[in-house]
Amino acid sequence: MRQSRTIDISTGLFVLLGFAAILFLVTQITNREFSLRSESYRVQAQFENVGGLKPGAPVSMAGVTIGRVEAIGYDMNLYKAIVTLRIDSSYDQIPNDSDASILTAGLLGGQYIGISPGGSDQPFRDGDKVEFVQDAIVLENLISKYLFSQAGSREESAPAPAPTE
Amino acid sequence: MTGLPAELAASLARFLERLGGMTRFSGRVLLQSPVALLRPRLVVEQVYNTGALSLVIIMTCGLFVGMVLGLQGHDLLQRFGSEDALGTGAALSLLKELGPVVTALLFAGRAGTALASELGLMRATDQLSAMEVMAVDPMRRVVVPRFLGGVIAMPLLTAIFIAVALYGVQLIGVQFLGVDQGQFWSQMRGAVELDDVMEGLIKGVAFGVACSLIAVFEGYNAQPTAEGVGRATTRTVVISAVVTLVLDYILTALML
Repeated sequence: MRQSRTIDISTGLFVLLGFAAILFLVTQITNREFSLRSESYRVQAQFENVGGLKPGAPVSMAGVTIGRVEAIGYDMNLYKAIVTLRIDSSYDQIPNDSDASILTAGLLGGQYIGISPGGSDQPFRDGDKVEFVQDAIVLENLISKYLFSQAGSREESAPAPAPTE
Repeated sequence: MTGLPAELAASLARFLERLGGMTRFSGRVLLQSPVALLRPRLVVEQVYNTGALSLVIIMTCGLFVGMVLGLQGHDLLQRFGSEDALGTGAALSLLKELGPVVTALLFAGRAGTALASELGLMRATDQLSAMEVMAVDPMRRVVVPRFLGGVIAMPLLTAIFIAVALYGVQLIGVQFLGVDQGQFWSQMRGAVELDDVMEGLIKGVAFGVACSLIAVFEGYNAQPTAEGVGRATTRTVVISAVVTLVLDYILTALML
């Protein structure tokens, strides 16, 4: 009897430890938040290009996370990406002419949405649209723009010395 | 047919015979599993044998695997000036590959051999036949509880291994090598998703089923001699390791 109690206790300890480890993995190293405070409102924004933005990415103002990207869809009529932002209800005084831009955290970091406040005295309400947006910066476009501008300026400057000869 | 061709044919026939026997055996074990759950006492005992007794070796190895990962990962990432990504890299590689695979190999070495030699010795000392004489089905009484114990213990061991290894990474990376603690955890949280955790646990369950099945099969069908028990134990480790790695490739290809 004593033997079987020891077995039970150590088995129970082992199982408890196992589930504690699973709980740790699920809650501590993923960005899943088990917050009881789920009061929030939704705002939509249309982007030409969302780059590598993913659902669950943070929405931040001045570097403070105030919400998350809930869903990313595509509108066939507008040919634009529709991003639904879920913002915590405690931040309900954001001017409704604020602009949303897709930014990158560091060189290797993930993309997030940064909101910079506008000057309107009307705050965002549930279901509002963000009027002013700035798309994700696509590195290839930047590089090609740079290269073409370089090539263009060389063509302009190259024939210039010819007449002087 | 003489010489090499005959040998090859014979060994192919032996291989096929074992594979067929294994399949039939697996079917019987899986069919009996729900019935065996009616006697949880036996299963709990085996969770203790395979799980709780493997805890120390799993945690020790996890700690050192994590610490090595911290050193190597830091050295590699430092070359690109992105030590802060250490948490992300370590967490993903541990969850998806290292955790389940190393746990399965340790499990085969610690619990698999114990199961195989125990069953083999029962076979060699006629205990299994004695049970049959007493109208006790040794499958239901001995084999299936051991199999279920292993299946339950493996995913838990995998989770413990990964958690301890992450502590090891953190210990070396953050405490000794000076990676920023906030960056370490927040980048990890940003990159790791629930699916990644699930992938690790699914692999843990799959390897648990495979390794336990191989161990009880080899033990149950061991030659009833001292040499036969030894051979069954060896085969358990070898086959478990190979099957784990092959299965790992297949599961990764499926879930990627």
